[in-house]
Amino acid sequence: MLRYLFYRVASIVPVLLGVSVVVFLMMKLVPGDPAEAILGPAASTEKIEMLRRSLGLDRPFYVQYFRWLWKVLQGDFGMSIAVNVPVATLVWPKFWNTVLLTLGSLAICVIVGLGVGVVSGTRQYSWFDRISMSLTLVVANTPAFWLGLILMVVFALRLGWFPATGMYSMRAAEPTVSDLLHHMVLPAITTAAVSAAIIARLVRSSFLEVIRKHYITALRAKGLSERDIVLRHGMKNAMPPIINIVGLQVGYLMGGALFTEVVFSWPGIGLQIYSSIVARDLPVVQAAVLVTTFVFVLVNLGTDVVVAALDPRIRRA
Amino acid sequence: MGQALLEVDDLHTHFHLKKKTVRAVNGVSFAVRRGEIVGIAGESGAGKSVACLSILRLVPSPGRIERGRILFGGANLLTKSEREMRELRGQTVSMVFEDPLNSLDPAFTVGALIGEALILHKGLSRRNARTKAGELLRLVGIPDPERRLDNYPHELSGGMQQRVMIAIALSCDPALLIADNPTTALDVTIQIQILDLVKHLRDRLGMGVLWITHDLGVVAKLCDRVVIMYAGEVMEQGDVYSVLKRPRHPYTRRLIDALPKLGRPEQRLMPIEGRPPDPANLPVGCPFAPRCQKARAECEAAEVPLIETGDGRAVRCLFPED
Amino acid sequence: MSVVNVPLKDGTAAAPRTALDSAAEARMFRRPSEWRIFWEAFSRDRLALAAALLIVLVCLAAALAPVLSPYDPTVGNNDLRLAPIGTPGHLLGLDGQGRDILSRLLWGGQVSLVIALLPVTVASVISVVLGLVAGFFGGKVDMIIMRTLDVFFAFPAVLLAVAIAGVLGPGMLNVMLSITIVLIPYISRVAYMATVTVKSELFVDQARVSGARPRQILLHHILPNTLSPVIVYGSTLVGIMIVLGAGLSFLGLGITPPRPDWGIMCSDGRNFLSVAPHVSAVPGIVLILVAMSFNIVGDGLRDALDPKLRR
Repeated sequence: MLRYLFYRVASIVPVLLGVSVVVFLMMKLVPGDPAEAILGPAASTEKIEMLRRSLGLDRPFYVQYFRWLWKVLQGDFGMSIAVNVPVATLVWPKFWNTVLLTLGSLAICVIVGLGVGVVSGTRQYSWFDRISMSLTLVVANTPAFWLGLILMVVFALRLGWFPATGMYSMRAAEPTVSDLLHHMVLPAITTAAVSAAIIARLVRSSFLEVIRKHYITALRAKGLSERDIVLRHGMKNAMPPIINIVGLQVGYLMGGALFTEVVFSWPGIGLQIYSSIVARDLPVVQAAVLVTTFVFVLVNLGTDVVVAALDPRIRRA
Repeated sequence: MGQALLEVDDLHTHFHLKKKTVRAVNGVSFAVRRGEIVGIAGESGAGKSVACLSILRLVPSPGRIERGRILFGGANLLTKSEREMRELRGQTVSMVFEDPLNSLDPAFTVGALIGEALILHKGLSRRNARTKAGELLRLVGIPDPERRLDNYPHELSGGMQQRVMIAIALSCDPALLIADNPTTALDVTIQIQILDLVKHLRDRLGMGVLWITHDLGVVAKLCDRVVIMYAGEVMEQGDVYSVLKRPRHPYTRRLIDALPKLGRPEQRLMPIEGRPPDPANLPVGCPFAPRCQKARAECEAAEVPLIETGDGRAVRCLFPED
Repeated sequence: MSVVNVPLKDGTAAAPRTALDSAAEARMFRRPSEWRIFWEAFSRDRLALAAALLIVLVCLAAALAPVLSPYDPTVGNNDLRLAPIGTPGHLLGLDGQGRDILSRLLWGGQVSLVIALLPVTVASVISVVLGLVAGFFGGKVDMIIMRTLDVFFAFPAVLLAVAIAGVLGPGMLNVMLSITIVLIPYISRVAYMATVTVKSELFVDQARVSGARPRQILLHHILPNTLSPVIVYGSTLVGIMIVLGAGLSFLGLGITPPRPDWGIMCSDGRNFLSVAPHVSAVPGIVLILVAMSFNIVGDGLRDALDPKLRR
């Protein structure tokens, strides 16, 4: 297990380095000169040249990269072009808002996905199974931005049950948890929908697979009730692939949250990326993508380790 | 001989597929007495395993027991509730399966798997179940049993895994042990060890054993009586010695001829030509007739009854040998 | 063994990953029957058949938009702004600028379908080449290709697509480029796995012993067997990419207005949600139906091509 852990942790280092190179290069793809972009078209050639030098843009590519990386490792993502504050101060608070939204939708995903999947998987071809599998097929193909709009029309504009936008009520004196949760319901459902549907389908199929295994008959022959078999033995055996897919869905949620945040004006990192793209504030986009991807890689690492720890074949190695 | 422990009477188990019905077991009757080891032998696909699963009412869907009675200790198991059946399974009647690795839940330790039945049926505490599990492992001849309790099934050898299966089956002192081809996946030496173990346990615990195999050599070594099955029907039954010495059914004869004989390497083995009939499309008459060299027109005309010959034997053939 | 150079154009998708055909005749005789077996299996799946039909119809309708659409999709009628579904002459109603929704749906279909189909096709071709080369030659080539793709794999896909499209600036071409980049690592893994599997089967086979050249093995034995998983995966991906492409348009990164696509149409209706929800709802429902159909067809293809499920 220790060897596995070491190997797995070591393997993300080159990936993360690669990610940083890609993110760095992505900004170099931008048509036009960043110095010009910052100073505007009216700036004189000398001024642009000076800024280029101070930004290090006259240096070779790899020098620029390592200088940039060195700063990033210290938490310095440079200055925002649009609002002229350090990128880090802009990105971090947004990042935590996205984490909140992701956690909320993850909870929905796991509860709904697992619940529907287990019931469907143990009652194949029942009416519940048929209806929920048709429904998940539709939901899995529903664009988050569209679902968000529909939920907003129905539950915020028509019924008025939930607020349509934002994280906290404007009128509230100070932010409270219940106000936050109230605002989070619709965005969290929107973000979770596709993943919950995918998880439900996967849980169902991995349950069906386990339930058909030979040892299930052996357990029945031992006198175990169907409930014990499903909850004790079925769960434990179906768990690794389920954890795997849930881990993957965390990344999907963090990406998909972008659309939700735009629709519901949730002040998260996705909304920040969107507005920075519109404002051509590329250092912010760069930092936001880097941070989110970094977390995504760590979540995947965590998932793999948990799955490995659950598997006695790897744990004992 | 003691009284009948298990009596299977005219059992029919069919699988209803979309377009056809597979008649896996077709009017099978046999009995197992206390302390007796009965072998069920036949080629694969003869319906042996389905017959055994039927006894515990564990036939997988879309299979269904259509007709018959299964008397255990005088009560018909087919009329019992699912709850009563669960009480019975693993406690009074237990089962050992063919493929030990796939029959043991890979996510649980050996100790947990053995203890499970003890906690369920005997109401033992976890600690006591573990102690008992250790004793059971010792009983089935696993060295260093306390350490093995914390092993996962895949960490044991095939022979050890099968011993664990047997330990699970024996955990609640069953009156009847059903073993479905338990030694096919094992080396010959380990196979012999397991057979000796079962015989020894039968002598010690006095349980009845129903042993399914396609190997007549195992039957000869282990069983008191034998039931020869073919295409879901009993072809012949009787005590092992006389059935193997003087088979009356041509099918039994051919099975014996297909066995290699020790010390007579020059003799050619005689495989049985042809294939068993399609269980979804069984012939009207004797199912073996198409492959039988002695078959005449009568054999295929009508169903052949199982005729008891008085000496504790029975044969389903119009022209029996002898 | 003489592997005759039968051109590999079509039908290879249905080739099973079973034993190698040793003679040219065997190939020529087996090819059509493989197709028939595949078609029989696929057409037995009623749902997949219906979904395939829907896709064909939608593609045709979009292609024939110039003929079929009753109005100019970019010119509005101010008197009928936000008119509901069923307005005489406007089957699906009108949008916020008084433009006919049906006409916009037809024209927008061209963009929304191309934005998904083209990148999936291009990415599949590139991925098959990458997967084949990495899987077949192994060693350093394998390591360089697959580790590089791992880096792209590490990004959350949606985020990467948005970032690339955002950095490049709005436009249909940029959206397609970003989708292609995002897809390559995913499809390559599928092609790579298939290549490695077939290759390991081949090692025990005659083809190598009897002196077939690597190029022949690659083209005649490995390529056909990598195509079918890629086609199955690709058809599922088309559905997902239609949704993603619409999402990018929704964010304003796609085609420039007033030309429509389904994502922009959803976005256009945002301001009228409480008074005229149909403006957003209609394109959204079409989007879901088409995406779902590709998904179902993908599942149907997988079941029909899987030799284990056939019978």
